[in-house]
Amino acid sequence: MSKRPIEPFLWLLFSAGGVLAALFIPVLVFLFGVAVPLEWISPPRHEHLLALLRNPLTLAVVLVVCVLALFHWVHRFRYTLYDGLQIKHLNGLINLFCYGGAIVGSAAAAYVLWQIP
Amino acid sequence: MSTPTGYTEYHPRWHRTRLGTLWWLRRRSYLVFILRELSSVFVAWYVVYLLMLIHAVGQGNEEYQRFLHRAANPWMVLVNVVALIFVMFHAITWFNLAPKAMVVRLRGKRVPPAWIAATNYLAWTVVSAFVAWRVLGG
Repeated sequence: MSKRPIEPFLWLLFSAGGVLAALFIPVLVFLFGVAVPLEWISPPRHEHLLALLRNPLTLAVVLVVCVLALFHWVHRFRYTLYDGLQIKHLNGLINLFCYGGAIVGSAAAAYVLWQIP
Repeated sequence: MSTPTGYTEYHPRWHRTRLGTLWWLRRRSYLVFILRELSSVFVAWYVVYLLMLIHAVGQGNEEYQRFLHRAANPWMVLVNVVALIFVMFHAITWFNLAPKAMVVRLRGKRVPPAWIAATNYLAWTVVSAFVAWRVLGG
């Protein structure tokens, strides 16, 4: 039976997501998760963020970062469950749950970005 | 299926030492490995948080202010401080691994691994500065 292995492709998604997550996410967590809530910096004005999100380039970058970061998460998380908790017998269920989650998350990201007025 | 031998009727039992669920607590390097893998959970968390923020911005100023109010909840801040530690850990371990994963040759000579790591850190700095500049009203 010749079946094209999907693992290299999944690994590529993991790797690309790892790079983008490393480049983009720390600064965003710092800004919107810590610095703005703790009032170290004043929050960006609403009109400014909306204008930024109306830029197609911003939308494209946000979408790609979100989708690949989710596929990065899946790859690591399922192996954490697999190796970390030694639950190899539940592999099918774990993959279904993890990849299902990433696909739903990606669709949600596309929907949220599509809804920007 | 052919049976090449006739001298063993039963397959011998595999010898595999069973690892307990908490094997990763036994050594520091195992713990670091598991923590690095778990950093991905915080990456996923932040994608969700970012999408909630973007959704709120799309809904209008009132919803955006409501999001900011919820984000200032001490528990939310705590989660995001932990997330920041983990995503920094992810970024640092990722960039430190990069020279091992990619071998770049320039005019037949291998580019020193330290240069590749330095390039990655430079890219990280540039992207972070650019994102902060755009977000904060450049």
